[in-house]
Amino acid sequence: MNVDSRGRMLLTAFVALTLTVLPLPPWLDVLRPAFLVLTVLYWSVNAPRTGGIALGFFAGLMLDVFQGPVLGEHALALSLITYIAVREHQRIRSKPAIQQALFVFVALVFYEVVLFMIDGWTGHPVTSPLRWVHTLTGALIWPPAAAILAYGAGRLA
Amino acid sequence: MAAFGTAAGRPLTGRGGSPGFRFTLYALLSVVVMYLDQRQHYLEQVRYVLQATAYPVQLAVNSPSAAWRWLRDSLQTREALRAENSRLRTTQRDLELRAMRYEALARENSELRGLREALPPIADRWLAAEIVNIQLSSLRQRLLIDRGAANGVFRGQAVLDDKGLIGQTTHVGPWSAEVILITDPEHAVPVRIERTGLRTIAVGAGDTSSLALPYLPGNADIKNGDLLVTSGLGGVFPEGYPVARVTEVHRDAVQPLAQVRAAPLSHVSTDGEVMLVWFRMGRQPTPAGDGDAVGELGSGNAAMQPQTTPPRPRPAPQATPVPQPTPPAAPEPHPTPTQQTTHAPRKVPAAAPAAARDTPAAARDTPGAASDAAAAGPADSASAPDATPPATAASAPEPRQP
Repeated sequence: MNVDSRGRMLLTAFVALTLTVLPLPPWLDVLRPAFLVLTVLYWSVNAPRTGGIALGFFAGLMLDVFQGPVLGEHALALSLITYIAVREHQRIRSKPAIQQALFVFVALVFYEVVLFMIDGWTGHPVTSPLRWVHTLTGALIWPPAAAILAYGAGRLA
Repeated sequence: MAAFGTAAGRPLTGRGGSPGFRFTLYALLSVVVMYLDQRQHYLEQVRYVLQATAYPVQLAVNSPSAAWRWLRDSLQTREALRAENSRLRTTQRDLELRAMRYEALARENSELRGLREALPPIADRWLAAEIVNIQLSSLRQRLLIDRGAANGVFRGQAVLDDKGLIGQTTHVGPWSAEVILITDPEHAVPVRIERTGLRTIAVGAGDTSSLALPYLPGNADIKNGDLLVTSGLGGVFPEGYPVARVTEVHRDAVQPLAQVRAAPLSHVSTDGEVMLVWFRMGRQPTPAGDGDAVGELGSGNAAMQPQTTPPRPRPAPQATPVPQPTPPAAPEPHPTPTQQTTHAPRKVPAAAPAAARDTPAAARDTPGAASDAAAAGPADSASAPDATPPATAASAPEPRQP
């Protein structure tokens, strides 16, 4: 079962990564939620021992390869929020989807703050307010996204 | 939403230790990786490998649009192809005629200047590359192209399309390379206004249709429609390639600097292919920092030049001037236009340094700022004889025999 769910996890992560790097027109790109981050959050909350922080770290590393100015930036940010999600997974899991979305919003803001600080330290400051838009769309898309992931997980099981 | 597949009662402390411990471990690892990547540049090899593994994903992501393009191409009608063919033939003939004339003009120009070795570098080899992935957000404007180290692509290589400059390569993988666009907010390209020869820096504005020129003084001679070409400073981009056209000049009496916008000439969002260029003069990419325009930014405030000299026929910007001692005994205050063109270029604005010295900002840059030809260090040494007689407004340029 463990191997099985790990396979599903990697599959969904791969799909999410594809959605993240899919080329989109600029106005849509601003709105694009961080699909991979949402997927990692889902697995951290619902299968904290299978994925957990290692999943966050390696997913972040992949994001760094695709769009990070410095290797390790997204890895650190994602490790942080997966850690929070894993620690609080029981509390989060028992809540209805709307309240989960609130948690996701906070987690995404943390994530973006970490990225923002590292961007500043490494000399790639991007201060446009548009970089925060995805935290909101990510929270909004969380209920359907979690339902799809749960459906896929149940279906494949 | 149902809990999936976990016995929630079991403790989280498994093989790898508690979550806190594991988080600390991974966080430390991230920080070490960041340090190594940012400060030491040890991780180019790792990046190279990772980029190679990421490439299939990017290809897969691009496959729908590639399939669409292929479909559209293969479904074109015979008439459309014929029309296109004849149009291309006409264009080619025109371009060949123009190229013939260009060769002759270039030779004549170099002979007139007597500076054969100072010619701008000429494109030696071209390589077309297909755009695999494109990111055009306001934060990041990058392309992924399907050529990499296996094709001889190097970091900091100039990328063009048929209309103008696109950007430069930042990360090179074995079969792919990442290109930072000139419109990326982290990118800056040293440019020259073609009409006046004034040099400045064009900074990306995070929007594919605009560049900002933030370092021009309020009284700079610039107007709508001016063409910006690469100035060749910084060593990344060759000199003289079109970059953008000025679209908006806003002067505010309160602000010391003019707010100028320009629209890039390249059209990345509709391009399918770009060109990688190698140059004959073997310019090496700058060894600077992380490749993100550090090299160009190094050329600093060349823009902060006072406009003391009127617009004039552009002298050779890449000239490495030979310091010719000017005899102050032959005063000739106003050099005639013919002398301006036949003479070594950086003699012309000899009057400028004295005038430019008034503005404190220009004090450091005076030798370079006053003349367009101040491309490099030699200008500083060469300007010394010019400046020796400060009393006479213009030390006489020594007319060369044609």
